[in-house]
Amino acid sequence: MNKTTFKASDVDDIAKSAKIPVTDEEKKMLAEGFTKVLSVLDELKGADVQDVEPTHQVTGLENVLREDQIDTTRVFTQDEALANAPRKHNGYFVVDQVLEQ
Amino acid sequence: MKLNTLTLTEAIEKLKAKEISHTELYRDIHDAISRDNEKLNVFLTLDNEAVSKAEKLLDTPLAGAPIAVKDNYLTEGMRTTASSNVLKDFIPPFSATAITKLKAAGGVILGKTNMDAWAHGSSTETSDFGTTKNPRNPDYLPGGSSGGSAAAVAADITIAALGTETAGSIRQPSAWCGVVGLKSTYGRVSRAGIVPMASSTDSPGPIGKTVEDCAILLHAIAGNDRYDATTSTRPVPDFTKNMKKGIKGMRIGVCYDKIASVEKQAKLFESLGANVDIAPIMPPQLAIAVYTVIQRSEVSSNLAGYNGIRYDVGRAYFGDEAKRRIMLGTFTLTKGYADRYYIQAQKVRSLYIKNFQELFQKYDILISPTSPGYALPLGASAGNPMFGELADMLLEPSSISGLPGINVPCYRDSKTNLYLGLNIVANYWQEEKIIQAAYAFEQAAKL
Repeated sequence: MNKTTFKASDVDDIAKSAKIPVTDEEKKMLAEGFTKVLSVLDELKGADVQDVEPTHQVTGLENVLREDQIDTTRVFTQDEALANAPRKHNGYFVVDQVLEQ
Repeated sequence: MKLNTLTLTEAIEKLKAKEISHTELYRDIHDAISRDNEKLNVFLTLDNEAVSKAEKLLDTPLAGAPIAVKDNYLTEGMRTTASSNVLKDFIPPFSATAITKLKAAGGVILGKTNMDAWAHGSSTETSDFGTTKNPRNPDYLPGGSSGGSAAAVAADITIAALGTETAGSIRQPSAWCGVVGLKSTYGRVSRAGIVPMASSTDSPGPIGKTVEDCAILLHAIAGNDRYDATTSTRPVPDFTKNMKKGIKGMRIGVCYDKIASVEKQAKLFESLGANVDIAPIMPPQLAIAVYTVIQRSEVSSNLAGYNGIRYDVGRAYFGDEAKRRIMLGTFTLTKGYADRYYIQAQKVRSLYIKNFQELFQKYDILISPTSPGYALPLGASAGNPMFGELADMLLEPSSISGLPGINVPCYRDSKTNLYLGLNIVANYWQEEKIIQAAYAFEQAAKL
């Protein structure tokens, strides 16, 4: 798929995916900024990467496992787990409603 | 003399020899902080009781020395914000592994330093809590994202500091502030408990007044960690063991000399007995696009967890730069665009890695300028969405490849008091080589 410019409506789609609140004014400015950045990113397509494998991580490590053991010195109490919660009630995190009755 | 001007090596020596006490050392540091912290805006959080923790640590490798820590390392019980309003009241219930190791080695956390918010930048200007000023000349930027840590060391308001590098964020602010900064090999130091940026390149490392200080501090925080599956099981060597060996016979490749010259520095290495010539390194410009795509993509995933439910205040509080990066990264991973951007970037990354491997057949170390120029004035990053990537251009190739690198100051402009730095890079796991070369340079250059 080929994109060379961003419109405010594109920014709106992305913002919804990313769950980032943006105002209409911000959408316009971001569209301009993204379009500029895109011209830099498009330089990638000129590189000769025939038969080249992507590098997702540089260590070469695979399937690093550890024993399924709990380190009890690192387990949070309920209070510690809730310590920074913006909203809590009776030992639970409070969230916005996600299901309708 | 004021004890805040001691190096880490000197402070450890004098404390263990009982020439100075922790009380005296911390008093001079806190005096310096009272004088300079407000105008430089370095520390976001300070521990004024730090000395009480230091006293019982005399018989440890770091002897209770005060260390300033970049505010993306989680520190149990001490506010950690990543310089973002999203975490402005966050008090971590656990510490990063690197912090646990630092404490076990006898280091004491003096305070948390300012940074670009979420480490998104190369100036420290994207901090939600104001920019930090360059202590060498306060009309200029300290660089970033570890700007607060670099400035703390340059201003002598700490003995040494910790930073992190994803694409230049240790080496560039160290260059701009005229201090030594060591980016470890990716996987040398655990990232567990450090606010993640680009998980495939983030490398924690020390920032200090001397090469030896960085070697000591790296040893304290390095090592395998069961909570970070990307850490190596290789044993951690004593990084100072070969430090004073000199560089006679070392094969040194000079890089990016058409962008900025390191001719004087190359000649100095030659005079010390090294074999120096121009290295056929890939041009760095494409690494900008590679890094931009990888970083934004990985950031969009990492910052998805800050949703205002368990421990933060919600996504509306992200600053402009963070919003930009999260959204761009969401785009580059979107179905239909991921092949063109994300996968393509990861393939070009392989090209850079292959180029380095070919070069390290021929050379022991590679040198280049750390930054294309001096520190830029305050305000320079405003309105430029690619500011960081351009400032870090000479460092991005080694960062995306996961290689270790060190910045050592190489020149001071007597009019502006600003510094230039030399970047030294070696192959994976060879921090000892870059330390050896940097030490030889540091001693000969006598800045």
